Amino acid sequence: MAYYSNKELEIKSAELRLKLLKYIKMANAGHTGGDLSCIDILNVLYNDVLNVSPDTFNDPGRNRYIQSKGHSVEALYVVLASKGFFPESDLETLSKYNSHFVGHPTRKVNGIEFNTGALGHGLSISAGIALAGKMDNMSYRVYTLLGDGELAEGSNWEAAMFASHNKLDNLVAIIDNNTLQITGKTAEVCNPYPVDERFRAFGWDVAFVDGHNIPELRNIFKEVPFTDGKPSLIIANTVKGKGVSFMENVAKWHHGVPDDREFSMAIDELEQNLETIKNSVYADNR
Amino acid sequence: MQITDKLILGKANLEVYSETLIELAREDRNVLAVTSDSRGSAKLVRFAKELPEHIVETGIAEQNLVGVSAGLASCGKKVFATAPACFLTARSLEQIKNDVAYSGFPVNIVGISAGVSYGALGSTHHSLHDIAALRAINNITIVVPADNTETCLSVKAAASSDKPIYLRFGKKPMPHLYGTDDRFEIGRASVLLHGDDIAFIACGEAVAPVFEAAQLLHNEGISARVISMHTIKPLDKETLITAANECSGLITVEEHLIFGGLGEACAAALMEEGVYIPFQRVGIPDEYTVTGSQTDIFRHYGISAEGLHASAINILKRTSKN
Repeated sequence: MAYYSNKELEIKSAELRLKLLKYIKMANAGHTGGDLSCIDILNVLYNDVLNVSPDTFNDPGRNRYIQSKGHSVEALYVVLASKGFFPESDLETLSKYNSHFVGHPTRKVNGIEFNTGALGHGLSISAGIALAGKMDNMSYRVYTLLGDGELAEGSNWEAAMFASHNKLDNLVAIIDNNTLQITGKTAEVCNPYPVDERFRAFGWDVAFVDGHNIPELRNIFKEVPFTDGKPSLIIANTVKGKGVSFMENVAKWHHGVPDDREFSMAIDELEQNLETIKNSVYADNR
Repeated sequence: MQITDKLILGKANLEVYSETLIELAREDRNVLAVTSDSRGSAKLVRFAKELPEHIVETGIAEQNLVGVSAGLASCGKKVFATAPACFLTARSLEQIKNDVAYSGFPVNIVGISAGVSYGALGSTHHSLHDIAALRAINNITIVVPADNTETCLSVKAAASSDKPIYLRFGKKPMPHLYGTDDRFEIGRASVLLHGDDIAFIACGEAVAPVFEAAQLLHNEGISARVISMHTIKPLDKETLITAANECSGLITVEEHLIFGGLGEACAAALMEEGVYIPFQRVGIPDEYTVTGSQTDIFRHYGISAEGLHASAINILKRTSKN
């Protein structure tokens, strides 16, 4: 896998934000807020952690990524396109008649492992894949991305219990902890917090990370499993709508699509941010 | 078989399921049973003892059972996700739909103690909806074996299938219904008895009483065709329509609500082919069942030799042939 500097990954994140906004606007549909909160996590996973590429996607030893919060699929689509799984221009068909690029992941799109999007499914699927890896003495890891609102689905807790019972230390769950769901604050809808204590009580080891800090994300993924014999949970503290100031921390952008004026403002801000990153001096610049 | 053959009692289909799975798992390290604290009900205790590496236990958590099974199947495991049909096809219906059928991984969903097998435990434990629910899901084959032969052969076929399959088993010992020349193939109904007055199309544990009813009718000079429509989806329309063209009346019999099951599948196929025939669905009506054992419930709703005999006589009264 190609090595990227922190600056290169930050540039990628900024470019991916621009792309996902562009295709959401083109489709007039998408889960904008959650896409923007998880895009840095996906960028780091696909460009620094997973060893998957179009050439290795059918390798039984590949690391798996299961996107349990399937509604943030636009973020996954732009990352997969950038990895060469399909031409980026395919995303012009997003949400259009007869397109494979629907609003939740499906295996009809190259690079996607499972059809997800009904919430509360990814952790069980991932636990099954992790168990198969243990049975077959494979060294792959399984990464799955959950939303904080999704934790109200009871099936997550069935899977959490199963994963620790079976000592699945090759399983890594990441919570895109943007603290908002459609109705409002997750803590006020049906409070899942303290998530860390709850998962620890279920036999997991848990760490927090700033879900928008590229170096921190890279480091935390290097530390898994946090404890041998235990599944790992990374609680990534994120901002819904991150990178577009008027969308940040506003629940209505859960699946809001910007109008023309808002789109233009968002693109201006994201482009300025991209320029700022490009002009910055980083310690690890090569 | 012949109409005059005496029915010889075999084992419970669940026992045969377990024996067949042991045979398969001994030969193939990828064959797995996944259970939800259900290895006892599923007769898999011996399987678990002999082949501990082949059983995955999720505890009483059917949603997780199906999700885990899908994950295992995506890595090449031949998974038999085994739980009471009442829970497996209701509580985890969304996992069956999305993780298995929509994602397209060949998990074998095995509903045990199906229909009213749990009899006196009451309606919480009955699965009279499962065929209807799964018929409405794309990309899953539905197989309801009638006897030990159908069970053994369907389990073997499921192990090598590249498509999801629902297998539905009861727990009562079943008579042997296959003669040495009878063939079994998923998707192809088995004509167990030839006759041309009345046709019975049945599945699962309802086939045995149909056979007995055919013998009662035979004593009165009425010949019944007995078809085990073990595969409900895809339905063998050819065998169905041939029976409808050659017989004077048709009765479907199933251990399921009369809505959405075998009977309605047959009725729709006949209507679409433009075949009119005096027709009756025998099954459980739209109610929570009368209380009692499976035998009591079957008798109450006419899924018995006497009840089916009476249904046949009634149907034939409506035809010009009799």
